[in-house]
Amino acid sequence: MSFLKKSPWIIHYDGSSCNGCDIEVLACLTPMYDVERFGIINIGNPKHADVLIITGAVNSQNASVIKTIYHQMGDPKVVLAVGICAASGNFFRDCYNIKGGVDTVIPVDIYVPGCAARPEAIIDGVVAVLKLLEEKTKK
Amino acid sequence: MKALLGIFGFVIFAPLAGGILCGLDRIVTARMQGRYGPPVLQSFYDVLKLFQKQNLVVNRFHGYFLFCFLIFLIISGSILYAGDDFLMVVFALTVADMFLVMAAYSTNSPYSFIGAQRELLQMLAVEPMLLITGIGFYLAAGSFDIGHIVSVGKPLIFKMPGIFFGLVYVLTIKIRKSPFDLSTSHHAHQEIVKGLTTEFAGPTLALVEIAHWYETILMLSFVFLFFASQPVVGILLAILIYFIEIIIDNTNARVKWQFTLKSSWIVTLLFGGINLFILYILK
Amino acid sequence: MNLIMFLILFPLIPAIIIRLIPSERVRTSTVLISVAIIAVASIFLAFSSLQSGCQYFKLPFKNAGTLITVAEIVLAVTFLFFCRRLPFRKMWIPVIIFIQYIPVQYFELSGKVPVPVNYLILDNLSIIMALLIGIIGGLITVYTVGYMPRYHKEHPEYKDRTSAFISTIFLFFFAMFGIVFSNSLSWIYFFWEVTTLCSFIMIGYSRTDEAVDNSFRALWMLLLGGMGFSVTIVYCSLNKSIGTIELSQITAMTNPMVMFPVVLLCFAGMNKAAQFPFSQWLLGAMVAPTPSSALLHSSTMVKAGVYLCIRCAPVLHNTSSGTTIALIGGITFVVASAIAASLSHGKKVLAYSTIANLGLIILCAGVGSSLAIWAALMLIIFHAVAKALMFLCVGTVDQQTGSLDIEKMRGLISTMPQLTLMILIGIAGMFLAPFGMLISKWAVLEALAEKNPFLILTVVFGGALMMFFWGKWMGTLVAVTGKHMNKEKYTGIYEWAALYSLTILTIGTCVLFPLTAVYFIHPYIMTIYPGFIGDPLFHHDNIIMVLIMLGFAIFLPLGFLVHWEKLHYSVPDLGGANVHDPERFMGSMGESREWHLGNYYLNDIFNEQKLLLPANIVTLLIISIMIIAVII
Ligand code: SF4
Repeated sequence: MSFLKKSPWIIHYDGSSCNGCDIEVLACLTPMYDVERFGIINIGNPKHADVLIITGAVNSQNASVIKTIYHQMGDPKVVLAVGICAASGNFFRDCYNIKGGVDTVIPVDIYVPGCAARPEAIIDGVVAVLKLLEEKTKK
Repeated sequence: MKALLGIFGFVIFAPLAGGILCGLDRIVTARMQGRYGPPVLQSFYDVLKLFQKQNLVVNRFHGYFLFCFLIFLIISGSILYAGDDFLMVVFALTVADMFLVMAAYSTNSPYSFIGAQRELLQMLAVEPMLLITGIGFYLAAGSFDIGHIVSVGKPLIFKMPGIFFGLVYVLTIKIRKSPFDLSTSHHAHQEIVKGLTTEFAGPTLALVEIAHWYETILMLSFVFLFFASQPVVGILLAILIYFIEIIIDNTNARVKWQFTLKSSWIVTLLFGGINLFILYILK
Repeated sequence: MNLIMFLILFPLIPAIIIRLIPSERVRTSTVLISVAIIAVASIFLAFSSLQSGCQYFKLPFKNAGTLITVAEIVLAVTFLFFCRRLPFRKMWIPVIIFIQYIPVQYFELSGKVPVPVNYLILDNLSIIMALLIGIIGGLITVYTVGYMPRYHKEHPEYKDRTSAFISTIFLFFFAMFGIVFSNSLSWIYFFWEVTTLCSFIMIGYSRTDEAVDNSFRALWMLLLGGMGFSVTIVYCSLNKSIGTIELSQITAMTNPMVMFPVVLLCFAGMNKAAQFPFSQWLLGAMVAPTPSSALLHSSTMVKAGVYLCIRCAPVLHNTSSGTTIALIGGITFVVASAIAASLSHGKKVLAYSTIANLGLIILCAGVGSSLAIWAALMLIIFHAVAKALMFLCVGTVDQQTGSLDIEKMRGLISTMPQLTLMILIGIAGMFLAPFGMLISKWAVLEALAEKNPFLILTVVFGGALMMFFWGKWMGTLVAVTGKHMNKEKYTGIYEWAALYSLTILTIGTCVLFPLTAVYFIHPYIMTIYPGFIGDPLFHHDNIIMVLIMLGFAIFLPLGFLVHWEKLHYSVPDLGGANVHDPERFMGSMGESREWHLGNYYLNDIFNEQKLLLPANIVTLLIISIMIIAVII
């Protein structure tokens, strides 16, 4: 049995988001949504985390940082791209410094749509991640 | 025989009780913040999950240091539950903590390093009070032997209220609660990444969590010793103290290390020291 | 008796040979042979007389007394000779010499000093001391043989006077054996002053201005301590109700008159043991080559001071003077530990930790109960072994890396694994349970539990500070930095021999401490407190607990040798800003920068400048009050 889905720990990385999605991610922790019910903790440390949540697009400066953080997470791990920026770059896509969505540097498992993504959608995404985590553990 | 039973009980039941206590802690904390909170068994899920994760290390030593940390923590508690010398318990606890500090140092990572420094400072802040508690027991009960301390007729709290207060004060440091969770913190608290435990991942981190359960129970056992003649009251009061710690945890912001060190030494000197003097004069 | 005389006199032979024959071959072989002889002789002495209780011996040969008197005069003249080039404003140093020697010599030459019956003493305390001097001192000497040539290669500006240095070490043995085996105060006085002379020579070895300054500081401070002896001898001769200068008789008296000489002797002892306010001479002694520090700090010199205080302990038991002395020890323990916590210079930390540990021993001696003496003896043994090891290790590290800074020892485990392991063992022996110091600290607390809580507070706080600075040091050493370049290969065979033997000794004394207690310490305490029935450590399961912990502490580290499987290596977390080199990170401007780590030194709280002066003043006041109180 996998305990991963009972206690997914999250690290949240802010790419070049407008902070809209960031605030929604943090809103999940508030009494209103309280993701700790599912054992989810925002841990802020790649070595402890199981889920990497990235908001905002990837730019040329943070590409290497995202890669490092990803590689510092222990397996099994999943990546959640929150917001349209993280999925494709959104309207920043053509900026001189933007590389595009998160999947241009690391593999992404779940995309959460929305600009900004709603907390309900994010929680939905996380629940989808839990299933994925279980599959990954079995592997 | 009794001693062996005590040790056995501690080794088996302390993590269970500690884990449940931590789970309750998280629920109570959540309720205080108007949230619902995780299930009671959440701490166990966390640890079991950590064991299923990849063992990510910076070098091959720090995991083993943590293993030694856990072993010495268990030894420390075993000495207590075997009814042996109180001072030995404190000394073994120091050794355990030393291993934790060395584990953090050995990673040579900036965040762990700061955590290790702060853990050392916390040890510096706590150790005098723990030893003074031991001496207080000696003066009040006539022996360092925990077996003897437990068998004293009247609760010792009446003879050593000051020491009790001092111990509860440093307890906050020992069970890593705000405002004194300098070296590393719990659950969703964060500062300087995760302090001491930053570089520990997977099964290695699980050891730290389990050790934390043991430590919590050990510390609450210290509280219990003050009420040992009334076991039921003692257990209830130990839980009450833990509840008070949760309240303190939720109502205080983290302080600087200077304040931690100075205030705990002042409390130690004022409450512990004066209480010792009174016990000495009464003797 | 013959063996005692042999131990005292034999070191003079190598001292003279080495001084006279400059060849390095001869020097090395002489050292090795004589060290072996001394060590074997002291071990043999221990085995042959361990169970025979306290023995006294009369005058070894007919004119020995006269010989010592003559030697004393020669010594005084030597001191004056060294002072000849002092500037005028320091002319008070020779004045001290005159003040203390003239009355004593007058009394001795005019026959007013009562003639002792038993000149020599042999009991378990002397045996313990002799073993420490013979074995640990010997190992340090062996180390010196390898160390000195390298030292001079590094410091070409100093004149090579190795043979003088080594012969001084042997002179030191002569004096130390003399102190621990003599029972007549005037003899102890003589040997006492010889150790002063030896440390004077050693400290001034390099003849730099600083060294010369420090050596004269040591000289006058130690001479001040010698003053305690000369006054004692004069007082004992004048006071008819004492009427003896035999140490064993003085410390067995119940006469209240005896308090004054005992306090003075303890004054001398504390002075030699570098207690506040006399700590400065020991700190100044660091300018000398490292082996001499090792020698001064571990088995000789300072241990002579605590030895004398322990001899006086029975008289001090339950007296106000005893408590005062304990208080000075306690204050020294706390303040020296606090200062050590604020320093990063390896040798200085070691020096302050020595002062602190000696403070603890003095505290025990001042308390003087049977358990306190038990603790003090354990402390002496553990401290001597571990401190010698530490100093020699740090000296070697200094030679290989050119730095004594603790901060620069980060990651030493990667570059010097064997040596680091030794330092770790030494540090563990210094403060960590379940090694030696735990047992002693436990006994100290147990002994003090019934006593004035102020003393307990000093021990408790001092102990915590001690843990702090040793902890920092240990941690710094074990950091794995990943730079692998073995720097150990330049260390010579003599150094390794000494280091390994001391490491084994450190572990050995820890593991075998129950035997030490039963065979060495208990019989001694039995002779002064006949009712003593073994210490409480042996009454409970404590001993089992300690042994179990020892087992874990020794066998657990073996796990480090195992390569655990299923490890996935990663790099430290730097907030994602890692670059290829683990010692650097990506700066905000896109170029990589180095990061540095540094320990906390709490300099705004525990500061050498801030603490030293008040501590000196307070302890000086306490000492003066104590002496005045005793006179009245
Ligand atoms: S998706 Fe929209 S809200 Fe989210 S970071 Fe991008 S622009 Fe901001």
